[in-house]
Amino acid sequence: MDNEILISVQELSRFYGEQRAIENVSFNVHRGEILGFLGPNGAGKSTTMQIICGVLAANHGSVKIAGYDINEAPRKAKEHIGFLPEQPPLYDDLTVDEYLNYAGKLRGIKKVAIAKAVKISKQRCGLENSGSRLIQNLSKGYKQRVGIAQAIIHSPAVIILDEPTSGLDPLQIREIRELMLELAEDHSVILSTHILSEVQSLCDRVLIINQGKIVLDKAMKELQNNSDKIDHIEIALRNPPALEELLNIEGVASAESNIKDMLRINFIPDIDATDAIVEKAVAENWGLYKLNPSDTSLETIFMQLTYGDNEQTQETGTTDNE
Amino acid sequence: MNNIILIATNELRRLFKSPLAWIILATVQFLLAIFFYLLLSQYMQPASAGTGLTEVVVSGMYQIAGVIMLLVSPLLTMRLLTEERRLNTIKLLYSSPLSITELVLGKYLGMTVFYCLMLAMISLMPASLLFGTQLDLGQIAAGLIGLLLLTSSFAAIGLFISSITKQPSTAAISTFGVLFLLWIINIAGTNSSENTAAIFSYLSLLKHYTSLLNGVFNSADVLFYIFVSLFFILLSIWRLDAERTYG
Repeated sequence: MDNEILISVQELSRFYGEQRAIENVSFNVHRGEILGFLGPNGAGKSTTMQIICGVLAANHGSVKIAGYDINEAPRKAKEHIGFLPEQPPLYDDLTVDEYLNYAGKLRGIKKVAIAKAVKISKQRCGLENSGSRLIQNLSKGYKQRVGIAQAIIHSPAVIILDEPTSGLDPLQIREIRELMLELAEDHSVILSTHILSEVQSLCDRVLIINQGKIVLDKAMKELQNNSDKIDHIEIALRNPPALEELLNIEGVASAESNIKDMLRINFIPDIDATDAIVEKAVAENWGLYKLNPSDTSLETIFMQLTYGDNEQTQETGTTDNE
Repeated sequence: MNNIILIATNELRRLFKSPLAWIILATVQFLLAIFFYLLLSQYMQPASAGTGLTEVVVSGMYQIAGVIMLLVSPLLTMRLLTEERRLNTIKLLYSSPLSITELVLGKYLGMTVFYCLMLAMISLMPASLLFGTQLDLGQIAAGLIGLLLLTSSFAAIGLFISSITKQPSTAAISTFGVLFLLWIINIAGTNSSENTAAIFSYLSLLKHYTSLLNGVFNSADVLFYIFVSLFFILLSIWRLDAERTYG
């Protein structure tokens, strides 16, 4: 992978009045990398993305896009940015073609190249047949596509997408994911999302932000290595035995009935009891028909880092008040 | 410069996509046509012998045009920036290689071009008199320049107010309030001392316009309008810049 740093964020802080939105956020994104930006609502994801794009100004810290500082050389830096905010920035009284033309010119595409750029970005986003439609008549999914088309029209080095797949149907989501993988070949992509599986299948790196601070910055590979250690499985049985019988199996620490008739079985650390459980199920004729390995590493980490923290701070918050 | 023109053309294109621009053009034209006819028939009365055609009909119509523009202008400027915020397109503009100054100047230019178009349309009526008689073209030019300067200062004021408001309707009503206040502010000074009266009457948008209408092309009046425009353009730039930093 090319090691050129395209986005460099250093010690970014931003306040809304007294309220802290983000504090001391630093990270780099390399060329060809897709960075997944996670965090609960109100954690500062959108604020960070808007600062990187120059929509908001930071109180402290610096942002460099392809080597240009966003405050000192905003024009140069912004030429390399494609940004899709949470709500796509569309003029609903223009047609798709008119809008993309305007967006492309705003982003600095020369007059002679604009028609081709519009055509390519429409093609990439599946908008070939919608060019003459008014944006206000488009469905939400198509509006989202126009939003993405506007962000990639000038084929910028850095593409920043705030919840790009929200409001899309499953097929469209798959198309957009393929598009992002294609884009990431020679661009940097930052995308924020609430869908953890999206991050797992798309991103090279994960950044979790909570209450304005980065709580995790890891390569996806590292996380997946960790998740090879299975600490629990979920099974479904037609003739479930008493829970005690399950506990007798070697390596099982605890078992509990889960939602949807699933049994969640937690293992004693470092022991994988999956084989033993399956053997026993066959021998005792429990009717095992479903087995889910613990595939929720990112989700577990996310919950621990965000909501776990929240509870703690809320507790301290209440004691403070008292 | 390219960016300023780009913003201005987009503004104009979107203005003419909405029925608002067409309706405003039609209404203004219709109302002024009535006034033009009334002024003209008044001039044709034997009683008005000895008065000038240009002064009575043309300047009279431009005078009324100023008032109508004052009523209509807030409706045109109210959506300049409020709508960019509502549609979130302000983020597209901020993340593009374009300065806030270019954005504000582009919006102002777009509005001014629209007013030029409007003035050209209403000037067709007095121009039709040229087929039958002679007019004082110098006085008309001064009046026309005055009306253009007046409306472009309306645009700058409206632009600033749309940068500080969230809703188009609040922008419209506030702009109307400010314009009307600046129009009649000379009345405020009538009962006070001479110096205060002079200040109030200097601030009045109306007074400088009247002297231009009378054919007195005083550079101080021209500078007054240019200053008003520049002042409110600067305020808009500062306001948008502050919004990025503190908003």
